[in-house]
Amino acid sequence: MSATPVLALRGVSKRFGAVQALTDVELEIHPGEVVALVGDNGAGKSTLVKTIAGVGPADDGVIEWEGRPVTVDRPHVAQELGIATVYQDLALCDNLDVVGNLFLGREIVRAGVLDEVEMERRARELLSTLSIRIPSVRIPIASLSGGQRQTVAIARSLLGDPKIVILDEPTAALGVEQTAQVLDLVERLRERGLGVILISHNMADVKAVADRVAVLRLGRNNGTFEVKTTSQEEIISAITGATDNAVTRRKARTAEGTK
Amino acid sequence: MTTDLTKDTKDEGPQDTPPAAEAVVTAVDPRLLVREEGFAGYVGEFRRKLRSGELGSLPVVVGLIVIGLVFQLRDSAFLGAENLSNLFVTAAGTGLIAVGIVFVLILGEIDLSVGSVSGLAAAVFAVLNVNHGMPEWLALVLAVLSGTVIGALHGFFFARIGVPAFVVTLAGLLGWNGLMLEVLGSNGTINLDDSGLVAGLTNHYFSDVSAAYGLATLSVAAFFLVSWRDSKRREAAGVPSRPFSEVVLRTVALAVPAYAVAWLLNQYKGLPLAVVIFLGVVVALDFVLRRTSYGRKVFALGGSVEAARRAGINVAAIRISVFALSGTMAALGGMFLASQINAANQSSGAGSLLMNAIAAAVIGGTSLFGGRGKTWSALLGVLVIQSIASGMALLGIASAVQYMITGAVLLAAVVIDSVSRRTQKTAGRA
Repeated sequence: MSATPVLALRGVSKRFGAVQALTDVELEIHPGEVVALVGDNGAGKSTLVKTIAGVGPADDGVIEWEGRPVTVDRPHVAQELGIATVYQDLALCDNLDVVGNLFLGREIVRAGVLDEVEMERRARELLSTLSIRIPSVRIPIASLSGGQRQTVAIARSLLGDPKIVILDEPTAALGVEQTAQVLDLVERLRERGLGVILISHNMADVKAVADRVAVLRLGRNNGTFEVKTTSQEEIISAITGATDNAVTRRKARTAEGTK
Repeated sequence: MTTDLTKDTKDEGPQDTPPAAEAVVTAVDPRLLVREEGFAGYVGEFRRKLRSGELGSLPVVVGLIVIGLVFQLRDSAFLGAENLSNLFVTAAGTGLIAVGIVFVLILGEIDLSVGSVSGLAAAVFAVLNVNHGMPEWLALVLAVLSGTVIGALHGFFFARIGVPAFVVTLAGLLGWNGLMLEVLGSNGTINLDDSGLVAGLTNHYFSDVSAAYGLATLSVAAFFLVSWRDSKRREAAGVPSRPFSEVVLRTVALAVPAYAVAWLLNQYKGLPLAVVIFLGVVVALDFVLRRTSYGRKVFALGGSVEAARRAGINVAAIRISVFALSGTMAALGGMFLASQINAANQSSGAGSLLMNAIAAAVIGGTSLFGGRGKTWSALLGVLVIQSIASGMALLGIASAVQYMITGAVLLAAVVIDSVSRRTQKTAGRA
């Protein structure tokens, strides 16, 4: 792991009207590192991702890319820097085949004509280096299972040679086997030296693949943990707010009640 | 709270050992669709497609054969050279309009104004050329461009203002028809020069026998070379390719109808200019749709607008351009229709033209639901529509009955489209 993080957020804040969605959030991603971003609903995970992806720029704070401050105010700026985002709804075209979807918006063109052969070759190459198994690269996306679609969407994000990949709940709607496939893929991204930001509600997934866990609570950092040395309960309590939350309050109440 | 508290038995703790990635690469997934090589594979894939509801052009080809047989049994002149040659020529106008409709349907939208636009273009040409004495070619270009501008205007209201395309073009249907009546003035009919450029669109024939055979040979040779080269490139790149035998088979499948039609046309007056232009437009736009990144974007919009937007596609620009294309094709088709009657009159672009154009696109296999379609479907569909019209005219059936039958055919086509889409959905292919 190198000393300079490829992406660092310093004191990022974001406000929506009367709501302070993010307050002084810090986050660092190193190459070849999987950072899980966890937090309860409304903790600010999506808002944070949007500031990184250039969809909803931060009001305050600095985003550092490879050590120098940058302004990410539009999605394509983020893409050019090397930040690829796979959103939860995947955004694939059901009627196009796998090759068509992988290269959508960046088709390989030879003398004004789509170079289907080269695109198909590159698609197969990419899918096989990622060990992605799909029935054929020439069938419509509609024929693929949820997990296969997820892997295609992730593979697509890699075509732009990004340095950071943001995955928004990649396993949310998947079965056991498919979840395992996606987690395998996340590990392969790490082996390739990419930084991965993994947003997840699923602690098992987080413990399985993440190196570090960054917890957000009510728009603020609530601790960053090394996965190896942290128990699941510690992370959960950071997510819920260990000292003051509904669970502890209820515990206290019921303890009083039984007295 | 959605956090999963249960301990997972799968992978606890750090992941230091890399997964068995390399081993997986070579393993073949049992569910992979491996197509057998050669003829057996071809038949196998065809059956698989049929079962999963990908009917493609099959219903329309079957329909054409049935129509041909039925009318031939009633009147032996139907499949004669003269009737078929005339049928092809009259099909060109509606067919060109239908090609534009195909693009709009792929977007998942509809253009109801094409009939009126085609009539307006004919009127614009007639007024510029006949009333103002403008050279024919310039009047022709301006008339077609007026279609482009009108289409772009529809596209603008749809893409930028957000008015549903259905409503915009419905307004156009009425509005442009009104403008046409205004442009034609009090006379109502303007006759065109019967030896001029526009008249020639449908009454010029290349009477030399070598013209029709030459075009057939050229098409077959071009098809063979393109598919052979493609197959070789694919082989060199190590991706699945068609074996040479299949390339030959497909070429023969094209050559038989091509030469048959060429022979037939030569039995009458030769190769009609209208057929050359129509085929040229179909081939050119098929190329645009399937082989250029513009066409890929049109399909992407028909699949998922949001996905297209996120992929960096300029959604509004593509939409406007597709409606502009539809307007252009409508105007061009209008010139052919005016050429047939050698005049622009108040009924230009009226009647069943709009329905016929949309029906042609849908009958040929372009989906009303967007995302699927080919320019060739306009050709096949318009042949169906025109065969029915021609056959019934031959048998002296009243136009009242013609309308009802054409309506029934359109309904049948849409039913096939809807059912095949449902089958595709259950087969996981739509």
